[in-house]
Amino acid sequence: MFASREWCGIAAVILSAFVADPTSIFEPAGTPARSIFSLSMLVLAITAAIFLIVAGILAYVLVRYRSRPSNGQGEQEPPQIYGSNQIELSWTVIPILIVVMLFLATTRVIYTTEHAQRPANALDVIVVGHQFWWEYRYPQLGVVTANELHVPVSDKVHPLPTYLTMSSADTDHSFWVPRLAGKMDLIPNKVNTMWIDPQMKGLYLGQCAQYCGVQHAKMLIRVYADTPEEFAAWVEHQRQPAVEDSATAEGRDVFMHNACISCHTIRGTVATGRFGPDLTHVGSRQTIASASVPNTPANLREFIDNPANLKPGALMPPMHLDTHDLDAVTAYLTTLK
Amino acid sequence: MATQIPVNEVHDQMAHVPRRLWLEVLHDWVTTVDHKKIGLMYIGYALIFLVVAGFEALLMRIQLALPNNHFVSPEVFNGLFTMHGTTMVFFVGMPILFGFGNYLIPLMIGARDMAFPRLNAFSFWISAFGGLLLYFSYVGGSGLYGAGSAPDVGWFAYAPLTARVFSPGHSTDYWTLSLLLTGIGTIGTALNIVATIICMRCPGMKMSRLPLLPWIYLVMSGLAFVAIGPLTAAQIMLMLDRYVGSHFFDTQAGGSAVLWMHFFWIFGHPEVYILVLPAFAFANEIIPVFSRKAIFGYPAMVAASVGIGFISLSVWAHHMFTVGLGPGGNTFFTLATMIISVPTGIKIFNWLATLWGGKIQFTASMMFAIGFLFQFLVAGLTGIMLSVAPFDWQLGNSYFVVAHFHYVLVGAILFMIFSAFYYWYPKMTGRMLSEKLGKWHFWLFVIGFHLTFDLMHVPGLLGMPRRIYTYEADRGWMIWNLLVSSGAIIQTVATLIFVYNMVRSYFKGPIAGPDPWDAWTLEWSMPSPPPSYNFAEIPTVASRRPLWDLKHPEDPDSDYEIEQGAPRETEKEGA
Amino acid sequence: MSEAVLKSASPNQAWTLPSRGIVGMTCLIIAEIAIFVIFVVAYIFYIGKSLTGPMPKDVLELPIFTTICLLSSSLTVHAAVSALQKNKQGLCSLWLAATVLLGGIFIAGTAHEWYDLIYKRGLTIRTNLFGTTFYSLVGLHATHVVVGLILLSLALFFSISGGMKEEHSEKLEVLSLYWHFVDGVWVIVFLVVYVLGR
Repeated sequence: MFASREWCGIAAVILSAFVADPTSIFEPAGTPARSIFSLSMLVLAITAAIFLIVAGILAYVLVRYRSRPSNGQGEQEPPQIYGSNQIELSWTVIPILIVVMLFLATTRVIYTTEHAQRPANALDVIVVGHQFWWEYRYPQLGVVTANELHVPVSDKVHPLPTYLTMSSADTDHSFWVPRLAGKMDLIPNKVNTMWIDPQMKGLYLGQCAQYCGVQHAKMLIRVYADTPEEFAAWVEHQRQPAVEDSATAEGRDVFMHNACISCHTIRGTVATGRFGPDLTHVGSRQTIASASVPNTPANLREFIDNPANLKPGALMPPMHLDTHDLDAVTAYLTTLK
Repeated sequence: MATQIPVNEVHDQMAHVPRRLWLEVLHDWVTTVDHKKIGLMYIGYALIFLVVAGFEALLMRIQLALPNNHFVSPEVFNGLFTMHGTTMVFFVGMPILFGFGNYLIPLMIGARDMAFPRLNAFSFWISAFGGLLLYFSYVGGSGLYGAGSAPDVGWFAYAPLTARVFSPGHSTDYWTLSLLLTGIGTIGTALNIVATIICMRCPGMKMSRLPLLPWIYLVMSGLAFVAIGPLTAAQIMLMLDRYVGSHFFDTQAGGSAVLWMHFFWIFGHPEVYILVLPAFAFANEIIPVFSRKAIFGYPAMVAASVGIGFISLSVWAHHMFTVGLGPGGNTFFTLATMIISVPTGIKIFNWLATLWGGKIQFTASMMFAIGFLFQFLVAGLTGIMLSVAPFDWQLGNSYFVVAHFHYVLVGAILFMIFSAFYYWYPKMTGRMLSEKLGKWHFWLFVIGFHLTFDLMHVPGLLGMPRRIYTYEADRGWMIWNLLVSSGAIIQTVATLIFVYNMVRSYFKGPIAGPDPWDAWTLEWSMPSPPPSYNFAEIPTVASRRPLWDLKHPEDPDSDYEIEQGAPRETEKEGA
Repeated sequence: MSEAVLKSASPNQAWTLPSRGIVGMTCLIIAEIAIFVIFVVAYIFYIGKSLTGPMPKDVLELPIFTTICLLSSSLTVHAAVSALQKNKQGLCSLWLAATVLLGGIFIAGTAHEWYDLIYKRGLTIRTNLFGTTFYSLVGLHATHVVVGLILLSLALFFSISGGMKEEHSEKLEVLSLYWHFVDGVWVIVFLVVYVLGR
């Protein structure tokens, strides 16, 4: 009656009623996640069938063959059956056949995902994992940002995937945005590649999925799938050097004369540090501290004062600024839109 | 010539021995080389650590019950999951299984002790020292960023997180050294088990008549030889990196983080089979007795166990599907992992066939064994799901995996360990455990277990990774975590009932006698507990179930040994 | 509950099982092989991957003489065991002494090679990946040789003092099994490090 795609869709609708959730693997919004979803439906169906049959037999056996109170004739032992070649052969062969089938279906998805044809217009993003934030560089576009990844929305008819080339600057990390794709690890001295193609505009959430140290839990991911116009506008904006607002000149001076510049980059200034996130357009981000807190002046101020207040174990040290300088530099960073 | 072993004589002898000073008793235990005492020490040691590691789990579950909770700090939480995993695998699982093996194997094969009694004692004490060393880290170490002191790098201690630069202080070293020492103990015990089974069987006990428990311990020990080495080697390399400046896993010098993963999992995957095989061994002894039937398909059970042992050496990188092995690697390890489900399934079907046509007695021991069957089935099926590499790309390193392996470790292995306690406690102590308390223990534990570990699959499906000390409120994970945590509390209560049962029954339980379950292997021909020399005269056996033959001389197993050809059914005419 | 009644062993049945010592040593050897395999795999994996520093072909020379000594010591220890089995204690002492001597030459040779590498060629365990894998693998093997030499020296002492008799020949055989294993590992290490890796 329905093609398998429709059944998957129905399953998704039913499941989503229970699991409507920003990071559910059962709400795929891109091709890799969708093909994994279809495969997982097949796997679940097979394992559910096996479970029902075997557990059913177990339940039957427990009821049917339970020991009933003897009639006082003395305990009779049941017939001792040591084995049966035919039965044992059948329950060896049938599982092998199931395994073969499952294996072939799986291999197909492995190869279609990992060896997918890359279209000419695919976007490249270099992802570098750090303790405990994400660095994103767009080599084709000259953009560098952190923690909030913007990609163009893709389309089944005119696919526009984003290829993520990933490595780590320190320990192992893993990039996992369940609605878009399976996860891929970021490993120092190794380069891994994956691709995503969100097919609906919106914000997709995820987080680091390989234990990387104290604040592994707060290395969150935000992927913004923008329409082509929005994306182009975003790129254009990100390519500009930092805003120079005379009202916050004092804050800029505080920044440039402190150790901030040894870790952070603000394009167009003397700050060219690479250890921490690029702050050129930090004011335009919705969150800070790798998406763990909203980007408000109060949070920003608190973080600069002592990162451990918001994220104990973050590698940025407390800057020990006095109140005046702290307010000034916070105001400055807020203007870096 | 028949030898009777009168039970009373042992008790009368005991009546004439003057009460010893506790110092003498302590000295006796510390210097013993008797496999039974060493077995009991392993078990007692493991039970203490079970309580400790269970407490660590409880703390973690309280922290995770609510999002952005502040019950424990991130550093403490990271130490907790590291210690919980390390303790449960190395200081609960391994010792308790080696303890049962130590106790039972000589008794089951008609020997008076293990092949190397002093090595046996040495292995126990060095393993015990390893555990103490690990926990000394709470007092003596200092961890990430100088905060916290217990190891906090996860029980698999991935490089380069374990490098000096990312893990200063000594917490990682406590992890490494304590496991190195325990590994030596493991090799010693495994060596003892193999030498005992091969070289000390009583006359007539050909390998084809060996009870399935020693058979499986033989496979498990063989696995230990091949699996512990890689861990030892990797840990030596880690220590060299940390202290001598070598570059095995130093990515700045061209070293490879993935190499550690390979080495660790070449150990780590066979390790979980080392943990589960003894559970199969217990099931092979207990399920037949409480079904009143011989195990169905003994040769297939042996072949399947050996097969599982071999195949388990080839599946390790299914823990590394997200590392970037490439489609060839991912495909190979998917296939190998799926293949292992075939012999595993054979075992489950053989157990079902043993139950089929039997007379099932629902003692506490059997109830736990049935729980094992059901839960091992589920665990195996979620394992098959995870073997599908793309599915693992989503669910690897998530709470789905945590749920899967706890289903195996708790739902299958711990359940079978409980079953083994109820079954062999009478032999070890001479007293029966309370069946009533046993059933309370069972039902409460089942409810708590399923509440925790069935529901734990859901956060994984909803995107929750593992090893996070807290989570965001907007992910929809809270209700599931809260329920999971509540199940942990129920399991704690159930375990406390079990501990109470064990202590109380030691003093007040009904006397067990030599053979309370009407069973068929040689340990049940001994008094309970057996004398230090085990057998007054070494027996000779003529089949797989020597006591069945004696109790049923008109229908002995020896008539149906596999050498006769196809097995035949038999009808009983009378008791 | 039934009482269990068991037959005791009847004297005319021949029931022989393998020797505990041989089985135990074989198990130990398997476990040790597992450790060595990992170090060999690490060595092979890192061939050609060093970022700096001396390369194998720049600094390694084939240790032909010491290899011949070590491999011959397998023959001498085998001869010692045979001699003891025939109750020829004097001959056994002689062959044991030869074994210890040959093993000692191997260790001295290794020490000389390392001295040369460290002080004259600048290769240490922390120099590069080659240094790391070379010293760890060869060092692990050398450690096993030293342990073997200690045990063989003990055996030599017992043999000279007259305490080792024919009934101990199985124990000596178990020790010789360990020694053969150590020599076997050297064959692999030699091939991987000095032939394949250069």
